[in-house]
Amino acid sequence: MSTTPVVRAEHLRKAYGSTLAVADVSLTVERGEIYGVLGRNGAGKTTTVEMIAGLRRPDAGTVSVLGLDPTTQAAALHEKVGLQLQESALPDRLRVQEALELYASFYSAPADPADLLDLLGLTAKRDAAFKDLSGGQKQRLSVALALVGRPELAILDELTTGLDPHARRETWAVVEAIRDAGVTIVLVTHLMEEAERLCDRIALIAAGRVAAVGTPDQIVGLAQGEHVLRVRPDVPVADGVLLGALAGVPGVREAVVEDRELVVRGGGAVVQGVLVALARHDVTTHDVRLERASLEDAFVSLTGAEGAGPELATTAAEV
Amino acid sequence: MTPTPTPTPTPTATPAAARRGALAPAPATEHRRGGALARMIVSEARLLVRDPAAAFFSLGFPVVLLTVLGLVMPWADDPFSDQDPLLAQITAITGYTPIVLSLAIATIGLSSFPVTVATYRQRGVLRRLSTTPVGPARLLVAQVLVNLAALVVAAALALVSAVVVLDIELPRQPWTVALAFLLAVLSVFGLGALIAARAATTGAANGLGMTAYFVSLFFAGVWLPLPIMPEAVQTVATYLPLGAATQAMTDAWVGAPFPTQQMVVMALWAAVATPVAVRIFRWS
Repeated sequence: MSTTPVVRAEHLRKAYGSTLAVADVSLTVERGEIYGVLGRNGAGKTTTVEMIAGLRRPDAGTVSVLGLDPTTQAAALHEKVGLQLQESALPDRLRVQEALELYASFYSAPADPADLLDLLGLTAKRDAAFKDLSGGQKQRLSVALALVGRPELAILDELTTGLDPHARRETWAVVEAIRDAGVTIVLVTHLMEEAERLCDRIALIAAGRVAAVGTPDQIVGLAQGEHVLRVRPDVPVADGVLLGALAGVPGVREAVVEDRELVVRGGGAVVQGVLVALARHDVTTHDVRLERASLEDAFVSLTGAEGAGPELATTAAEV
Repeated sequence: MTPTPTPTPTPTATPAAARRGALAPAPATEHRRGGALARMIVSEARLLVRDPAAAFFSLGFPVVLLTVLGLVMPWADDPFSDQDPLLAQITAITGYTPIVLSLAIATIGLSSFPVTVATYRQRGVLRRLSTTPVGPARLLVAQVLVNLAALVVAAALALVSAVVVLDIELPRQPWTVALAFLLAVLSVFGLGALIAARAATTGAANGLGMTAYFVSLFFAGVWLPLPIMPEAVQTVATYLPLGAATQAMTDAWVGAPFPTQQMVVMALWAAVATPVAVRIFRWS
């Protein structure tokens, strides 16, 4: 992997009048990764990527994208960076293939429109007018337009908003295919499930600031009570014996007995440690459940966005 | 921090090798984008033709209006005006021809053109283009060129029908008519560009455009030819692009003295409106 980051943004700030959209955002996107910019609506995600893409000039801070300065080298940048924006962006009566061929003519070394139609599953729709496409097809065409210049970096903003679950999954597969083809991706989303499923790394944005950066697992790990292990002994065991057995088990942050059930909170290592310790004390059990904290939990705990947070994703895993 | 790839299957059927070929980042090559504007022009022309209502009003309405009036109206072959010795020499339908040419200019310049641009702004078409190396300005150039071409077709259809079907008298000073037509196009498109520059939505452009359109048509004499309108209306018309256009073309048609005042009025509208429109243009 190249050591030069694709995007390096430092202390970006942008206000619209008296509204501070982005207070202080720094992020670094490495080549070949899918980098998630996650936050709820109004957190400053879109403004951030618009500054990275050279569509808005930051009030403060610096950006470098593929070694270019978006504020002064926008044209050169747009040759190498493909953008998919939130709103529909084509005339109603323009047809799929026409749109791709039109956009292909904007770039010096475009992809073959036929290949892109194939990749995005639009070949059968190539003669359909934009207005006759389904929401998912419109989004896939929008992605195709962002890719037709064969960019090194693709920025995809709220790619699956408004899509049904099936179309959403199809679109996710497309994003993975694009990454497999060697394109670095910045994925802007407010969907926890999407970020968790697709992103190699995530920047959590809240109120115009970066609340946390890391892999989905690392972000979950940053949140409190990352794993909750529940063990119910086969035969009743005194509370003291249960808790005593855990002495010295690594990674245990909290252990209590609730209604004869041992509840242990801690890192990922607690599962094996607790079960081994219990076995050593001749406590047998067949009723073990592990609740893994979700990105949703992490988001709430890291941004304090209780209740108004992004869409729910249930990721409680059972063992 | 090292990225941890998420192990997920890719359900697309396309072989990975094909994807790589299609999407491998572009090698550095010499830039040549001469084709972009040409493709935009073709695309805008297609879109115009594909919208039946817009295509009819832009291309067919002037010829249909003029031909129907000429064939149906009992006054068509009467003298255009009894009061003016020059206007008395032409038929009413001949006198109505410059009015219809003005209408053709207004239909495209005050309606089709600004409404299309505002729609592109509202729908994010302009913003989407601003993310490409080509940018959105060329789309506006393509829009103007396609509309000008449509206008030439509309005017030609109306004129051919007027000459062949209605047997109108030909203009005494065709080059002056042509000059007045050209200045009318520049001034009316300048006015349309002001609307196109600011209207945030299709609806806003439609409201503004239609207001300007009907006011212009009134002063161009579409409902009542200018020569039979009150003196005050004729005076106001002289200072409006479309009123000046009709007066100038009519004067040249009947061989009246060169309509200097009207020509200057139109040139001034064009010279002021167009640069202002460019300056205040909103891309999103």
